[in-house]
Amino acid sequence: MDECEQNVPSAMDGYDRMVEDYHASIARKILVLSTSIVVLIVLIILSCAWGTDNSFGTAYKAIIDHIMGKTYPIRSWEWWQDHYIWQNVMPSIVVSIIAGAGLAVGGMVMQAITHNPLADPYTTGISSGACLGAVIAILIGFTFASTAGEYGILSNAFIFSLIPALLVVTISRRVGNSPSTIILIGIAVSYFFGGMITFLMMMSDPIKMYEAYRWQIGSVTGIKWGDIPFMATAVIITSIITYSMTSKLDLMMLGDDSAKSLGLNAEQFRTVCLVMLSVLIASIISYTGIIGFVGLMVPHIARFLVGGKSFFVLPTSMVIGSAVLVFANMVSHTITFYTEVPVGIVMSFIGAPFFLYLILRKKSQRQIF
Amino acid sequence: MHIKIENLDFGYEPNALVLKNINLELTGPKFVSILGPNGVGKSTLIHCINKILVPTGGRVLIDGVDVSDIHIKEIAKIIGYVPYSANDTFPLSVIDTVLMGRHPHSNWKSQDSDLKIVYKALRTLGITHLSMRPLNELSAGQHQKVMLARGLVQEPKILLLDEPTANLDIRHQISVTKMLRRLSVDREILVIMISHDINIAARYADEIIILSEGGVYTSGKPSEVITADNLKEVYGVEARVVEDNGRPYVILDDALPMDGEEQMWEGN
Repeated sequence: MDECEQNVPSAMDGYDRMVEDYHASIARKILVLSTSIVVLIVLIILSCAWGTDNSFGTAYKAIIDHIMGKTYPIRSWEWWQDHYIWQNVMPSIVVSIIAGAGLAVGGMVMQAITHNPLADPYTTGISSGACLGAVIAILIGFTFASTAGEYGILSNAFIFSLIPALLVVTISRRVGNSPSTIILIGIAVSYFFGGMITFLMMMSDPIKMYEAYRWQIGSVTGIKWGDIPFMATAVIITSIITYSMTSKLDLMMLGDDSAKSLGLNAEQFRTVCLVMLSVLIASIISYTGIIGFVGLMVPHIARFLVGGKSFFVLPTSMVIGSAVLVFANMVSHTITFYTEVPVGIVMSFIGAPFFLYLILRKKSQRQIF
Repeated sequence: MHIKIENLDFGYEPNALVLKNINLELTGPKFVSILGPNGVGKSTLIHCINKILVPTGGRVLIDGVDVSDIHIKEIAKIIGYVPYSANDTFPLSVIDTVLMGRHPHSNWKSQDSDLKIVYKALRTLGITHLSMRPLNELSAGQHQKVMLARGLVQEPKILLLDEPTANLDIRHQISVTKMLRRLSVDREILVIMISHDINIAARYADEIIILSEGGVYTSGKPSEVITADNLKEVYGVEARVVEDNGRPYVILDDALPMDGEEQMWEGN
């Protein structure tokens, strides 16, 4: 009998089964998210253990005791351990959590609004802007802050990183902000800024050139507690806003025509997202430099685990993004005995093979893009 | 439901109008099919009806109200749209994709009533077994049916479809077209379908609109507009039209050379 000619029975024969399956799939997604959170917590404790050369249990106890408000006699062994964990190890872990979550949100939103699985938070050329700002501060000494040095570099990186995004938004509003337009403008801006960075570096002395180059490689080391509130505020606010827009992000993934036919002004929504992402990513990379792969790779891993619905992809991406960066930060301190390898390099070493593995897996199991 | 299109112009470039001075009136419930060769603006026309595109000139009125004065979300409540193809880059499940059709009606999270509406649509199209499958793993025909289901759950008064049977085999082309016709009667809605299959359109549509370069060539009942002369003029084909159960049936004989068009090599 012809499927489409069947009269739809009033009794909803298979409805209960479909709802059961649907709720079971939601339960599975919640389980995956919960497991990811547990993995993240384990990695945090493991990082502390690794950083202080202690066992997992000792590190766990030290963290819990601190949170519970336990105090130690000044300059006792426990006091030094507690001090070392919370002043030297924990800031880089917290920054990894915040930056990982923020970059994953950025990647996920950028992929949705450009309908492009290869988009990442830096698609608008934001990273080239941040680099140019930092390089100008380091090589020329021109900064937007009243002081030079660390805060000068930071303020320059933040302000310059907004320039490419501003250009993308302004130009695309004039010529029509289709996904391909945004990507092409981003590429053009990146090349232009990249050219300026290379020119400035060529004109400088080797020591400053090394410092400028070193800034561009992402790192979470050396960040203090005082640096964290600004970045954390940006990530928390953006995440809350993004969470309230997950149904709209789903519509964007269907393409502009479908999104419009379902009541979403696609162009306007894309512009709002671009502005929001610019501030988010600028607030992260001005502190950490360019950490690649998290924004590109993590949303795909999350979709692979919980499907494509943004309501679940967003929190899962954030937790996995944090976990990946905490892990990379831990590895970055252990590759060599005499120096720390920046987390940006570790992310490339971990990210690229893992991404290839996912692509190979796609062939035998499910699609990931 | 009543659609009135007045002096509609549309061009993607300022000096190259795709649609010129279109005037049409359609009153539902009815099953209407839009025919015409490639590039005459069939999709552009339906995109102007549901505000995906903004006309360069003229206006579209829905029940007397200019669509430019209606918020895009309100339009989505009354006009459903099934695209020719939809982006399936990311692995959304069929049920989540179809649930998105409820977006204009429910904002935050899907209620049980939405799931019931989704189930009915999947059941109507015979694809309940696909409900939990990722959209990007489906065949082109199954994919097309999911898009149809998404249009149905919008519960629209007007349903626009851009070649909904393009990827379906002949059996499913017939069953989907019959389903659309029945839908127009049962739900008392105006269904407007773009099609390239003249015989299926002629057999099931209440009214046919033929577009040619830049505008409406003719419109009316299938028996009035599907004629050998019209097909020759609009499509550039030699055809015979016979009557079958009171409906025209087209037997295609040959493609005719068109003025100013580069000829394809057709073999020795």
